Amino acid sequence: MTDIAEPKPFKRRHETMGADPIHPAERPLRRLFLANRAWLGTLGVFVAMMAIFIVANPRVFSSWGLYASVLTTLPVALFLTVPLVYIVTAAEIDLSFPATMGFAAWIFALVVQAGYDPFLGIVAAIVTGMALGLLVGSLVVYANLSSLIATLGMNFMLRGLILMLTQSKSIALVTLDQSWAYRIFSSQVYGVPLQILWALAFVFVCALLYNRHRFGVQVHVVGDNPDSANEMGVDVNRVRVKAFVFMGLGAALAGVFSTMINFTWWPTSGDGYLLPVLASVFVGGTPTWGGIGTVVGGGIGALIVSFIQTGVVGAGLSGFYVQFFNGLIIILSLIGHRWNQIRYR
Amino acid sequence: MAERLIELRDIAKSFGRVYALGGINLHVDKGEVVGLIGDNGAGKSTLIKILAGVLKPTSGEILVRGQPVANWNAARSREAGIETVFQDRALAVQQTIVTNIFMGRELSGFFGWLRVAEEEREARRLMREIGFTSRVFTPQSIVGQLSGGERQGVAIARAIYKQADLIILDEPTTALSLTETEKVFHFIRQVKASGRSIIFIGHNIYHVFDIADRFVVLDRGAVVLETTRAETASAEQLINFMQRVAHPVANTVAGAR
Repeated sequence: MTDIAEPKPFKRRHETMGADPIHPAERPLRRLFLANRAWLGTLGVFVAMMAIFIVANPRVFSSWGLYASVLTTLPVALFLTVPLVYIVTAAEIDLSFPATMGFAAWIFALVVQAGYDPFLGIVAAIVTGMALGLLVGSLVVYANLSSLIATLGMNFMLRGLILMLTQSKSIALVTLDQSWAYRIFSSQVYGVPLQILWALAFVFVCALLYNRHRFGVQVHVVGDNPDSANEMGVDVNRVRVKAFVFMGLGAALAGVFSTMINFTWWPTSGDGYLLPVLASVFVGGTPTWGGIGTVVGGGIGALIVSFIQTGVVGAGLSGFYVQFFNGLIIILSLIGHRWNQIRYR
Repeated sequence: MAERLIELRDIAKSFGRVYALGGINLHVDKGEVVGLIGDNGAGKSTLIKILAGVLKPTSGEILVRGQPVANWNAARSREAGIETVFQDRALAVQQTIVTNIFMGRELSGFFGWLRVAEEEREARRLMREIGFTSRVFTPQSIVGQLSGGERQGVAIARAIYKQADLIILDEPTTALSLTETEKVFHFIRQVKASGRSIIFIGHNIYHVFDIADRFVVLDRGAVVLETTRAETASAEQLINFMQRVAHPVANTVAGAR
C-alpha cells in the first residue's frame, strides 16, 4: 500500500529498461522516411501499377517508344499539378487553370505569330498567366468568395472570352521548330524529349520552395490554421493570393509547352487537363483539407494518371476499360493515403 | 518610478454597434506582472488581441516606451517586443514544433530560403529552456500529437524566443493539470526575475493573486478597478469585489431568500 502522506518513490518500467541515447524518430534513416512518407506511398502505388502492366504485357512495356510518348505529354501535366498542390495545401482550390493556360498560350501564339522571338512570347505568356492568377486570387481572397465556385466561374468566363475574341479559330505556328526556344525547350536529345527535363527541374525547385522556403511554410500554416497564422503576424490574404499567382505561372508554362509540342494553339487548349490534374494532386497524396501535402507526390501522381491510359491499352485491354481503371486507381490510392496519414485537428 | 513599457490610451473597440471596449487606459511597467481579471465577455480577450495587433482599435492610441506607434498590427506588435500566448494557443496542429515556433518570423536567409538547421537547433534549446525535456517528442514532432500541456509549452517557447519585453498570457493555465500549471507558474517567475513584464489573464483569482503585482479588473468593456498587491489584503477581497461591484448579480444569491 502506498502511504498518501509519504509516497514511496518507485521506478517506472521505461526508466529501469536503460535509456536509449537517441529518440527513435531522430535516427537518420527513420527521419528520412518520416519526412518523405507521403510521396513514398505514392511511389509505391506507381511501382505496383507498373509491375502489373509489365507482367500483363512485357513486350509493349519494354519498348522505349511508349515511355517517350508519355514523357512528351507529362510535362504539361506537371507544370499544372505542382502549383495546384500549393493551392490545395493553402486550403483553396483552383478550377480556372485550364482557361488561364489557354489564355497565356494564346498570348504566346499571338506574339510568335506576329513575328517576334518565342522567348518574348514566353515572357508575355508568363506575365499574362500571373496577372490572371492575381485576378482570380484577389477575387477569391478579397471578395471572400468560395474558391471552388469562383474559380469555376472564372474558368467559364476566361474560356468564353477566348472563344469570343478568336471566333474559335486556332493559330498554327509553322516556323516555331526553327527557333532557339524550341530547340532548348522542346526538341529531343538522344530520344529524350527535352521538356521532361525542364518539367523535372520545375518539380525539384518547387519541392524545395514548398519545404525549405518562407513561402512554402507560410502556405502550410495558412492552410492549416489561418486564424493562428494571422495571430502570429502572417499576412494570410497575401499568402493566398501569392499561391494563385503561382498557379497562374504554372498554367502559363504548361500552355507554352503544350503549344510548342503541337505547333498549334487551339481555342480549347487546356480544357482536357482539368480533371486529370485534379486527380493527380490527390492521387499524389495531398489531402483535401489543407495544411499538408507533397509536391513530389503530386508529380508521381501525374505520372500515374498519364500512365493509366497508355498502360490499360498497352496491357491488351480495349479502350473501353480505360475509364474504369482510371477510377479504380484513383480510389485505391486514396484508400492507401488514408491509411498512410492521420489528420490532426 | 519604474520605466513605462506599454501604454494604452483611451482604447475603444466596437464590432458594428456592439461596444466591446469603451475607452480603456492601461499601462505596463518594466518588470511587473499585471493580472487582468474579468468575467467572460468583459473584454479581456479583445484587449489582448488589440495589444497583439490582431484586432485594430476603433479609436485610441498605443505607446511603446513613450512613443506612439502608427499602423499597429501583429507584425509591429512583435517588433515592439510583445509576445502573446493566445487562449487558443494559435498553433497549426498539422505542422512540426519547429514550424510553429517560427510561424510568422521564419529564420530565412538568401532569397527567403529557410535556415533549417538553425531553426531546429533553436527549437531544441527553447524546449529545453522551458523544461519540456520529455523524450517522447522531437523538434520535428507534429504538434497534433502533443498533449494539451505540451502544446501550451510550444506556445510559450515561441513567446520567449525573441527575449520579448512583454509576454501576454491569455488563460495559460486553463485545462492544464496541476503539474503543468506549476510549470507555467515557474516560467512566469523566471521571466519576472529576468526583468521582463507579463500580463496574466486568468479566471482563477487565486492563481492571479499568487502571481501578479498589480490587478486590473475589467467589466463590460471598462476598467472598474486598478489596485496593487500591497493594497489588497487577500484573494477573497478581489473575489468579493468581483461579485459585488463588477457583476452585481450577487444580489440574487441563495442566501438572500
